[in-house]
Amino acid sequence: MIETRELNTYYGDSHILRGVDAQLPGATAVGLLGRNGMGKTTFIRTLMGYVRPASGQVLADGRNVTGWAPERMARLGIGYVPEGRGIFPNLSVRENLVMAARAGVDGRRDWTFERVMATFPRLSERLSHGGQQLSGGEQQMLSIGRALMTNPRLMILDEATEGLAPLVVAEIWRVIAEIRATGIATLIVDRDWRKVLHHTDRAMVMEKGLITLAGGSAELLAQPEALAQRLGV
Amino acid sequence: MSDNADALLKVDGLTRRFGGLVAVGSVSLDLRVGEVHAVIGTNGAGKSTLINMLSGEIAASEGRIALERSDITALAQPRRALAGVGRSYQRNTIFAEFTVLENCRLAAQAATPRPWAFWESAARCAASNQAAHEAMEAAGLTAEAQRIAGTMSHGAKRQLEVAMCLATRPRVLLLDEPLAGMGAEETERMLALLSRLKASHAILLVEHDMDAVFRIADRITVMVNGTVIATGAPESIRTNPEVRTAYLGDEVPA
Amino acid sequence: MSAAAPMTSPVLPSLPADRLTRGLLVPAAAVAVLAVAAPFLGGYASDLVVKVMILAIFALSLELLVGMTGLVSLGHAAFYGIGAYVTVLASGDEGGNLLVLLVASMGLAALYALVVGALSLRTKGVYFIMVTLAFAQMAFFVFHDTPVGGGSDGIYLYVRPAIGPIDLENRLTLFYVVLAALAGTYGLLALIRRSRFGAALAGIRVSEQRMRAVGFPTYFYKLAAFVIAGALAGLAGCLVAARDGVVNPELLAWHNSGEVLLMIILGGLGHLRGAVLGAVAFTLLKELLSTHALVGPLADHWQLSLGLVIIAFVAWLPRGLIGLVQRISPEGSR
Repeated sequence: MIETRELNTYYGDSHILRGVDAQLPGATAVGLLGRNGMGKTTFIRTLMGYVRPASGQVLADGRNVTGWAPERMARLGIGYVPEGRGIFPNLSVRENLVMAARAGVDGRRDWTFERVMATFPRLSERLSHGGQQLSGGEQQMLSIGRALMTNPRLMILDEATEGLAPLVVAEIWRVIAEIRATGIATLIVDRDWRKVLHHTDRAMVMEKGLITLAGGSAELLAQPEALAQRLGV
Repeated sequence: MSDNADALLKVDGLTRRFGGLVAVGSVSLDLRVGEVHAVIGTNGAGKSTLINMLSGEIAASEGRIALERSDITALAQPRRALAGVGRSYQRNTIFAEFTVLENCRLAAQAATPRPWAFWESAARCAASNQAAHEAMEAAGLTAEAQRIAGTMSHGAKRQLEVAMCLATRPRVLLLDEPLAGMGAEETERMLALLSRLKASHAILLVEHDMDAVFRIADRITVMVNGTVIATGAPESIRTNPEVRTAYLGDEVPA
Repeated sequence: MSAAAPMTSPVLPSLPADRLTRGLLVPAAAVAVLAVAAPFLGGYASDLVVKVMILAIFALSLELLVGMTGLVSLGHAAFYGIGAYVTVLASGDEGGNLLVLLVASMGLAALYALVVGALSLRTKGVYFIMVTLAFAQMAFFVFHDTPVGGGSDGIYLYVRPAIGPIDLENRLTLFYVVLAALAGTYGLLALIRRSRFGAALAGIRVSEQRMRAVGFPTYFYKLAAFVIAGALAGLAGCLVAARDGVVNPELLAWHNSGEVLLMIILGGLGHLRGAVLGAVAFTLLKELLSTHALVGPLADHWQLSLGLVIIAFVAWLPRGLIGLVQRISPEGSR
């Protein structure tokens, strides 16, 4: 279970996160909503250790992990699917997946190469293709598959459906549902707030570096006006 | 669309392609003195590419940009700036190691460059000093003139970023997220500055802070996936069903 | 270059205010002292001082590029070497006219700088460094491998340049000519530094994006700085040819480019005095560390000692010798 307390992050002098308190409970799907420019990606980058916060804490299972390097955070059992996918263009699909293969922190090996193939049939048809030869949707699936190969306890998906065709988008949400069903906690950032709320147990809305609305996803679905005010114009 | 005979900057069918990707597709808009024209949009809408084409940092694949009926589409950024198009950046480009006055004076020097007059002192250039003082005053930074820019608060630095655009006395201001990373108080001060500048400039504002946009903008253009889906007065944008759909998805609640 | 990082110290050089005369007092005094002392210096001392003064001109020329404009070039020795070779090649058997040789050396060095600059300034950062190095290597190989300059052995200057009563064969005359050239170079750069051109270069160094956004055609400013720096390096080259009486391709070698860069870093980037101090310190260090009488057997390994000293400097005095001066007198240097 990951928690942040009063997290403040700056880019130079630009104060992006202004005291973020958030909880990501174990085996729970959490949504992070908000217009762009509000700090969602900065929040994730701070969590993962790519950016050091100026003040505040990041806690993992009660342990202070603030400022831990991304590879240490990953070894805690976090699978990160970044915005822009980040697959290795010079490695083949097979290589991208195999290099990430690892047993989970608790020893589990639910997600094997075969299972990832079964989940993403399109990838199994392109195993020897180079990363940069894949379409956007295939790259996204590869990025998700690669994170799954590490058997994480928490998957972070930042704008996983951005710029993809509707059919591919639907498939990705299907995969997200499957991941959730296997008991992996998720943190999902996506523009489609309705889909996010349907696929999560809890959700938070970020405005100008602060969480201004949070609660159970079902509750929030019943407050469309509050959401429209924060996500719309 | 109402007549834009008094538009200072007129953008017509501006398009930018990167290979097969159309980052900006046939965008038309105009900027008028006395107006703040905000450009908003979701992620990847093409706002950055658009502002980079307007400032001259990226070439347009198609389309035309006219400044008071003069075609400036082919002008590179420095020439365009001297013609009257100023730009502020999302991340500060101020000279942190110089004083506020030196920042504005150096910016103003672009108008009277005299690079070959190596025996003359830059600090004594009357024209540059004059323009610098005017810019500092317009931005409310006169009191900080001797302060090293890098030691100021974030809000003040962002104001300097805008002030430096003013030093060459441009008539068009392209402001890229001037409120980025600002708290409530700093936002107020910046909005007050923009209100003051509005009277004598044509301002394009790219911003994510919706509250601020709706307070200060006279007109708003909404971009999605590189194209304009709506342009108009703030209220009409707020109630525009296509805009709601773009931000909130289909089947939007009443 | 983003200027978003907060200032850590106000001691960094700001744009030079109009205190030209105040800033030139110490250098002028130094020139006066040297001028007066010149006739009393013995052969070895005089040669050493002339060598240092020439290197100071060379270092100042690079300071214009690196310290003032922010363009790190690893190929500056090319212009130095070209200046030297032109002087020798154009001298012929009777010796040449000093003025003609100066113009020719500086002119051809400037011309090569124009070509190199026009092409390499299209690149930035590491690529720029690599391209300048490549062009210098090209020039090096022209002199090293072709008959143009007598190949790897170099060529001798049979008669030193002269003009009217000024004959560089005379040691004292050579001293004064080099001193005048150094004073002139320093003065010119001091003027440039406080001029609009210099202010623009400083702006380009700190935030080229902002400079373009307000209307400066930065490419041309950088090219002008590159050419002037090349011409001044050519001046130093002409004088070193006159002093040594011989030139060889090593003058254009990349480690010469590296050494002059080290000099200005050692002395302190961003200050004209730093360039001069760096040239003095570097040359003296080299001399001292290779003198058996002082360091005994270590003298044979002076490159090792020199390297260690430089590492120590960079670690403890990151602002160079000028940083040391500033700690002693904060008003001192601008």
